Amino acid sequence: MSILVYADHDGSTVTPATRSAIACAQVIGEPIDLLVTGHDCGPVADSAAGIPGVNRVFLADAEHLGQQLAENVAPLLENLARDYSCVLAAATPAAKNILPRVAARLGVQQISEIVRVVSPDTFVRPIYAGNALATVQSSDPIKVITVRATAFDAVAADGGNASVEPLDAGQDAGLARYLGSELHASEGPELASARVVVSGGRGVGSADNFSLIEGLAKALGGAVGASRAAVDAGYVPNDFQVGQTGKVVAPELYVAVGISGAIQHLAGMKESKVIVAINKDPEAPIFQVADYGLEADLFTAVDEFRDALAP
Amino acid sequence: MKIVVPVKRVIDAYVKVRVKSDGSGVDTENVKMALNPFDEIALEAAMRLKESGQASEVVAVTAGPEAAQQQLRTALAMGADRALHIDTPADIQPLAVARLLVAICDREQPDLVLMGKQAIDDDANQVGQMLAALQGWAQGTFISALEPGEGEVLVTREVDSGHERLALPLPAVVTVDLRLNEPRYPKLPDIMKAKKKPIEGLTPEELAVDISTGLSVLKVEEPPARVGGARVNSVAELVEKLQQEAKVI
Ligand SMILES: Cc1cc2nc3c(=O)[nH]c(=O)nc-3n(C[C@H](O)[C@H](O)[C@H](O)COP(=O)(O)OP(=O)(O)OC[C@H]3O[C@@H](n4cnc5c(N)ncnc54)[C@H](O)[C@@H]3O)c2cc1C
Ligand SMILES: Nc1ncnc2c1ncn2[C@@H]1O[C@H](COP(=O)(O)O)[C@@H](O)[C@H]1O
Repeated sequence: MSILVYADHDGSTVTPATRSAIACAQVIGEPIDLLVTGHDCGPVADSAAGIPGVNRVFLADAEHLGQQLAENVAPLLENLARDYSCVLAAATPAAKNILPRVAARLGVQQISEIVRVVSPDTFVRPIYAGNALATVQSSDPIKVITVRATAFDAVAADGGNASVEPLDAGQDAGLARYLGSELHASEGPELASARVVVSGGRGVGSADNFSLIEGLAKALGGAVGASRAAVDAGYVPNDFQVGQTGKVVAPELYVAVGISGAIQHLAGMKESKVIVAINKDPEAPIFQVADYGLEADLFTAVDEFRDALAP
Repeated sequence: MKIVVPVKRVIDAYVKVRVKSDGSGVDTENVKMALNPFDEIALEAAMRLKESGQASEVVAVTAGPEAAQQQLRTALAMGADRALHIDTPADIQPLAVARLLVAICDREQPDLVLMGKQAIDDDANQVGQMLAALQGWAQGTFISALEPGEGEVLVTREVDSGHERLALPLPAVVTVDLRLNEPRYPKLPDIMKAKKKPIEGLTPEELAVDISTGLSVLKVEEPPARVGGARVNSVAELVEKLQQEAKVI
């Protein structure tokens, strides 16, 4: 089972989610090669080459690959894929955008967001917002798979020494045109891989009040998350959303503040090791999954919590 | 601009799904079914383009069993001009749907295919990207804003740490995220009018599409239940438990 992994990166290093995908790949088979695409991303390839268990790193570096446009990246994966029995990536927004294009062009049925490898052709994946687990078997000659990063412990970032091989970057497909982006640098750890996540919901009431959540997250050394209702109301940016259609997180500690616990929210956090819920409604469904439920007004409890942590 | 909107019949988002005891799937008997929420948003976006004179026709299409015609009626009540029903099993997979949509694009020649980013039953998030790839078209996925331009559409995508803007030459595939709009509730007169609008029946054979794929579902199970429900009475007790018992802080 030779495996090609699409490496998602932030412009300087390979993301932790990609290292989780490599951990998943190791369960399926070997050798494991990586594809790094981007513009001026030599350092990414070098970091990728240091990941233990990686055999070769292909580097496609060109201006038209700078924005990870699916129309430009998918053909590179498609061409390489024919030499592999499996193409795999962490289910990040970038990979979710690109991999189905590769699968369709190869004529295979992609397997999305697997959480377990049963055998090299059989996998477990959540469906219905995680309310059911499907075991699926693929007879396709090339398996195209995305991996739920929280289900696999990331391999180490260094210790290996793979070779880096330049790859023909192909042409700009001339389809989608990149106009620009509004990205915000977040302080503190990254939501998807943080050890602690503090999320706020509609109960927090306003963007200003979200400083409460930020304060607690900071005191716990964690990242800030949110429910869809909090994002829709404009309290925080879209990429803070945890849930079925947002990010999936599984930190050691998840603190849900002013969040009712709709199934779509639970889908993104119920694999957390310890769940704390702070909510003033004793009937809120979030309490059913919480290890420690505190029925309280968040406007007093969150400050008290933060103060109790102060050294 | 002509728009095709693919829609799927799914279990209503607020129903608690039950896994069948024989492991063959989830129970859909006597369960409230609905239009996939993302597809409602796609339909709403299409209707707004039509109402502002920027789109000429909106065609809804579904692949599914006969019962899926109910969801096509909802699409027609929201304002779609006509609907296509491709008769297939309910558990048709994304690659097969994408191949059927290729055949529909050949027939309908749309300028824009506007659809959901994900069906909330299989949570696959594949069909739009697959269709775009098979057609060799540009794609704009997970979008929260859409604006027509000259021979193109401008979209805002929700990405990892914010937003990204793209211009897509037409024809293109666009898949929508939750924050694009708030879909309308069809009013009674619209529901009545929808009953008279045409639904054309098609089969995969007529479209010359093989809907088999290389993936089979071996079993469907209930996930392991999480044991929660314990309460603490104060912040002090919470902090103590997190330190002494859970040892996470
Ligand atoms: C297709 C689809 C996809 C979705 N995807 C997601 C997703 O990815 N993520 C997601 O989160 N949601 C998602 N949703 C939405 C989800 O169904 C819920 O609507 C949403 O999670 C509710 O957010 P909330 O808990 O913040 O708000 P609410 O349900 O309104 O809950 C607010 C809570 O705050 C509590 N509260 C209020 N004031 C206080 C106070 N002073 N102190 C303490 N507690 C207080 C209330 O008791 C209540 O329990 C999706 C929905 C659909 C249909
Ligand atoms: N059976 C179907 N018939 C028509 N459209 C579908 C069907 N299944 C999926 N789609 C469309 O593809 C989108 C993504 O679905 P999926 O890739 O299955 O998560 C949905 O939001 C629909 O717009």
